Amino acid sequence: MPILKRLFIRILSIAVTLIGVSIIVFVVIRVVPGNPISMMLPPGASDDDILRLKTLYGFDKSIIEQFFIWISGVLSGDFGTSISLRQPVLSLVLGRLPATLELSLLALLIACILGGTLSLLGTRLRETKIEGIIDGINGIAMSIPDFLWGLIFILLFGVMWPIFHISGRISPFLDIDYSTQFYLMESILRFDLKVFTDLLAHMLMPAVALSIPLAAIISQLLKQSLKETMHLDYVTLSRTKGYSENHVILKEALPNAVLPTLTLVGVQFTFLIGGTVIIERLFSYEGLGNMAIDAVINRDLPLIQGIVILFALIFTVVNLLVDLTYTLLNPKLRDG
Amino acid sequence: MTAFLSIRNLSISLQNGERILRSVNMELARGEVRGLVGESGAGKSMIGKAILGILPRALKIDEGEILFQGKNLLNLNPRELRKEIGANAALIPQDPLTALNPSHRIGRQITNRLVDILGWSKGDAVKRTYDLLDEVRIPDPKRVINSFPHELSGGMRQRILIASAFAAEPKLIIADEPTTALDVTVQKQILNLIGEMQSRHGTTLLFVTHDLGVVSKVCQSLSVLFLGKVIEDTNVFSFFDSPTHPYSKALLAATPKYTDPESDLIPVSEEILNSVKEEVVQLDLEWSNGR
Repeated sequence: MPILKRLFIRILSIAVTLIGVSIIVFVVIRVVPGNPISMMLPPGASDDDILRLKTLYGFDKSIIEQFFIWISGVLSGDFGTSISLRQPVLSLVLGRLPATLELSLLALLIACILGGTLSLLGTRLRETKIEGIIDGINGIAMSIPDFLWGLIFILLFGVMWPIFHISGRISPFLDIDYSTQFYLMESILRFDLKVFTDLLAHMLMPAVALSIPLAAIISQLLKQSLKETMHLDYVTLSRTKGYSENHVILKEALPNAVLPTLTLVGVQFTFLIGGTVIIERLFSYEGLGNMAIDAVINRDLPLIQGIVILFALIFTVVNLLVDLTYTLLNPKLRDG
Repeated sequence: MTAFLSIRNLSISLQNGERILRSVNMELARGEVRGLVGESGAGKSMIGKAILGILPRALKIDEGEILFQGKNLLNLNPRELRKEIGANAALIPQDPLTALNPSHRIGRQITNRLVDILGWSKGDAVKRTYDLLDEVRIPDPKRVINSFPHELSGGMRQRILIASAFAAEPKLIIADEPTTALDVTVQKQILNLIGEMQSRHGTTLLFVTHDLGVVSKVCQSLSVLFLGKVIEDTNVFSFFDSPTHPYSKALLAATPKYTDPESDLIPVSEEILNSVKEEVVQLDLEWSNGR
């Protein structure tokens, strides 16, 4: 089964990537100036105190020794203890993961809907003024980074017309006892409209801000791809069968045009996840990204390592999923 | 009585004013097989595309009529035209490798017109598909129906496109160089198949080609197109016996002789080409003065 073999190779390469990432992050955060010990102690602490704390956290050993201690812990599921929060890194990170996943998936969904709609509209109305307007919108959307969109939204819909909440993930007065941290998902499954709308009121602005640059890329690429497909013979042939322009675009051209876009969306989605770091900070959203910034400020080495590894895992898994989807959608690759 | 399909004074030009078709006239009787011959760039495919309403956007129709069963197709709005063509006409495209949608299974690409446009039941359409695949001699139709285009050879795909063209019993089929993209050995089979299907179904066929040999095998009549202008409109016998236009004569003389492979190829002489070109320049001058 070639597909299983491919899957195996991909998973192997994910493992190699993760090992590489852990080595790099481990070394880099120890080489850059500033260390957690000096963050913890008041100025003018004695050398004795410094040495005692260093021994306590194991920083007196060589980097190589430290690495092997850490990595053997990781392999048995122990990512160490956060220095600043004094809790196990794994539970801290896993506690924040659902919030970031929900935010980025919501952003991806919005990007696909926005980008898809614009590209279909642009194809339907190609060679008209509307297409030019859509191209213009794409250009603007692409050239403004996500955090700037975030600031614009905060100004417009948080301050001038306060429709949305500008900070947090959920209103503190909402007392919820959900069984998972995937609040948005669970509120949908429970038909809990009150929680759902409250979550959206918090998440919509950061999610849209994250999604706009990706939406523009999807729109641009899919439109280009659709335009090329519209000239192909099978599209022309289906016109002679009596099909309308809308049908031709949606049923004949789209399934083929979507494939090249998909790969790019996968790559861009990992950029979007990277973008959550700043966006979460901007909206005080309690996700991984926000935690990552705190960890860096506090030089919380074990926490930084844990978060980076988790991000690396997400990136590689997303790439794998894109690959698999591509294989499933493209009949030429399915059996091969 | 008006002809089954008649093209009158059809002129088509590019947006920049360059003329592609110059007052083309052509008549097809019901059940007639007419060859439309010309070198590349003569505009022969554009006539077929104009009839089917699939001209590229860069082209515009300046004047003329396309009367199909008494109805001027050029006066119809897009929706009416789609309906008329979808129900009564079909295209056998040039390149079978690009004319089937790579994302859809073969069966669906044959039944879709019957079900979506003509309102057949799914069962009837599938049954019809089996009959058609049998008619175009495709072995193991069950497997083929469930295949994707990339799993089939070029010859198979062209058979499927032929089956698909005949599916709704159209009154008119336009075959746009249906054998050009195929291997020589397959060409002959496909040509015979089209001829056979045409005579069985009594379909009117407009056969666009640059191959006079093909015309002599399949067609009853032919129009010779040069620089977007019909320069000869006659039946096959009188064309091959006694062509009237000097260009036609030169074309026939240029056909390689398989009986004498040593003989040199005779190109169409500059003199003839120039005389037609002058004629065309004159025509265009009158055309632009008349506007």
